[in-house]
Amino acid sequence: MNGTLFQQILDPANRADPYPLYAEMRRTPVSRQDDGSYVVSTHAELYRLLHDPRISSEDLPDPPLFRWTGHPLSDLFVRPVRSRITARHRPFIFRDPPDHDLLRRQVMREFAPARVRAMHRKAEQLTHALLDGLRDRTDLDLVDDFSYPLPVTVICELLGVPREDEPRFQGWATQLATALEPDRRTDRENAGRTEEAFTAITDYLQGLIKEKRRAPQDDLLSGLAAEHDGERMNDHDLVATAVLLLVAGHETTVNLITNGVLTLLRFPEHLERLRREPEVAPRLIEELLRYEPPVHYRTRLARADIAIGGTTIPEGAPVVLLLASGSRDPLRFADPDRFVPDRANNQHFGFGGSLHYCVGAPLARIEAEVALVALAQRLQAPRLLADPPPYRPGASLRGPRHLLLAIDAVTPSASAELAA
Amino acid sequence: MTAPTEAPRQIVIVGASLAGLSAAHALRDVGYEGRIVLIGDENEPPYDRPPLSKQVLRGLYSAETSLPQRADLNATFRLGVGALGLDTLAHRIYLSDGTQIVYDRLLIATGTRARPWPNGAEAASSNVYTLRGHADAEHLARGLAGKPRRVLIIGGGFIGCEIASCCRDLGLDVTLAVRGALPLVHALGSVTAAFMRDVIRDRGVDLRLETEVARFQPDADSRVVAAILRNGQRIEADCVVAALGALRNTEWLAGAGLAVSPKGVRVDTHCRVLTATRAVVPDVFAAGDIAHWPSAIYGNRLLAVEHWGNAVAQAETAARNMVAGEAGLIPYDHLPDFWSQQFGLNIKLVGLPTGANQFAVVQGSLRDRRFIGVYGAQGRTVAAVSVDSARWLPAYRAAVAEATPFPPIVGALDQADIRPQPLARAVS
Repeated sequence: MNGTLFQQILDPANRADPYPLYAEMRRTPVSRQDDGSYVVSTHAELYRLLHDPRISSEDLPDPPLFRWTGHPLSDLFVRPVRSRITARHRPFIFRDPPDHDLLRRQVMREFAPARVRAMHRKAEQLTHALLDGLRDRTDLDLVDDFSYPLPVTVICELLGVPREDEPRFQGWATQLATALEPDRRTDRENAGRTEEAFTAITDYLQGLIKEKRRAPQDDLLSGLAAEHDGERMNDHDLVATAVLLLVAGHETTVNLITNGVLTLLRFPEHLERLRREPEVAPRLIEELLRYEPPVHYRTRLARADIAIGGTTIPEGAPVVLLLASGSRDPLRFADPDRFVPDRANNQHFGFGGSLHYCVGAPLARIEAEVALVALAQRLQAPRLLADPPPYRPGASLRGPRHLLLAIDAVTPSASAELAA
Repeated sequence: MTAPTEAPRQIVIVGASLAGLSAAHALRDVGYEGRIVLIGDENEPPYDRPPLSKQVLRGLYSAETSLPQRADLNATFRLGVGALGLDTLAHRIYLSDGTQIVYDRLLIATGTRARPWPNGAEAASSNVYTLRGHADAEHLARGLAGKPRRVLIIGGGFIGCEIASCCRDLGLDVTLAVRGALPLVHALGSVTAAFMRDVIRDRGVDLRLETEVARFQPDADSRVVAAILRNGQRIEADCVVAALGALRNTEWLAGAGLAVSPKGVRVDTHCRVLTATRAVVPDVFAAGDIAHWPSAIYGNRLLAVEHWGNAVAQAETAARNMVAGEAGLIPYDHLPDFWSQQFGLNIKLVGLPTGANQFAVVQGSLRDRRFIGVYGAQGRTVAAVSVDSARWLPAYRAAVAEATPFPPIVGALDQADIRPQPLARAVS
């Protein structure tokens, strides 16, 4: 098959518009690449594989060889032991049942509806505070000024990370998110940086967890750290889970919000409609998750031969689930390349599917709704200064690195007292 | 007969439940702008039935289970009006209020009703129930709320078992009388049915197999106080539910010259009804429980199913074909599926175990009460059942649809050695 097509998708030059490549990809629903991996690009085949018990999420490569630091104790003992622990206690996004189910269940319990609802108010306050801070500006970088800080603060608040520690997370999270980009995670230099970031965030979180156990608060990390029905998540799994939630909170919602603004500025009639009828937001955001999703693909491993789409994925083969392509499959969606905010029956893969369906989906929906409605209502005459904007490197966690806007003004908040 | 050449301007749907409403929605989805008239003999707008034998009986929510209607449906509902007769030559339907209505296209979606207890006088007792509609569910829920000392349920199908499960959730003593050797055996086959027998007993139901109720024993007020079995035994019960399956509402079609049987109205692969001489009636369609249809996936075997998913999918195909010309007709190739919720278990089945002679557990185990089982016939996979494992079912659905060699999906997570076993009693 065409081994270069997926490489073209990975190529940063195609980041701004990968969709024509996806369309080409879909001509072979399950397509073997030169490196022996298989890319799945059509809705029916993706849906089926997301629910296939022969598909494994335990597809991270073994920890890479280290760069020597020259400290024998560290190089020969501490780091190998750490690395084995890390390999055994991967976050549940990289685990299969039954371990996955046990960990996920505990996280879901802490993602209780009441706690997520409480974050709704928080997200509103933060949104308006961020916009109030832009009051005197006539141009802004939506990413740095808004879409990045909002979800970062929300996820830190939700987990119970002290506000003053937030800045330290940004670098760690960006580095750790490269674990979701297969072309980057096999790069040894990058792997070394990931290890360093992981060590640093682990040390930090272990301290924080100790603190949460000593003096529990009403936050997610305290809840995860506490004992429930005589069971307690072990520290290694707890750290791995916290890292996952932090990274996911840092690196995905930012794309949803930025892609949302970019899309609405490309189709100003929908921006105007959202401004006038904020109640269209929930369906508009579902369409956004279909049309410009924050996560474009995820990888898996075939545990056994799988006959699908006229071919057989052999046991052991890496599998790329090109979710964003499935969400644009004309066999599933009428007029798939059109942005239709009130699209009916919109079963997109924006949050993945099946057992690894995004745990944070309810939170992401709330953040996107609060953010997009507020931006639509408070940014006066927003214009794109660069289209397409520059993109972040990742082909999976795909989104603009900057989104430069010119505006006439920021309307003072009707609910300014909220932010006070 | 050839397809009608005129585009329809008035489409009449007889039966205002899931299939009827789904068809109306589908007509608007495909851009039909003419008149839609829905005729329903119940007095209320379309509602969902699956919750009636589950959440509603347990009092979890009221019997308010209306189906959502899109705002721009723009259909005329004639509720509380039944159809009494059909004249396909005059394109005319005779209604119970003495009026008539003509159609350009007709969809027959009159579904089924509960098979009543055969002895009419006994069936009329105030504490003898059946369950099909809202009114039935409200009536039975009130009966159960009165804390009967023992509920006797007659019939070991899904409705009977779900009602028994609700009764246990309500803390009521229950006897479930099943005529055959196992409950649910017709739908699930012997292995899963034997599994369910054990679950049902573990959950405290007095399950009586190979048991037939001969008659009821009334008190002075004609309320049932006990049932007498064929073998002479007596079961005291002050609440009786006859869960004897369904009868298809075809009576109004008598005299219309259509191919009607106890299995419903024969349709072709495009959901168009057939005459008694098997000619296609090009402007009359049927969908849902009432349709007796050829399944392309199962070699055009005629199926009559009472599944929620079939009602929706078949109505959609029928609706599309009602407004398509002869060249635009699409075939109906639905893979049957259904689900049940009972005794704390989620049970889902895809495909048709009918005729299967092999069964294998391919994930999980019966002991853990969490498994996927597959059914084989002539070496092919024909159906799959999941018990608290529905997340994997789509992969098995594909295996069934493609008639993958039995057993399918080797190398799955939590898969022990696959040991196919014969189905002791081939499902008929």
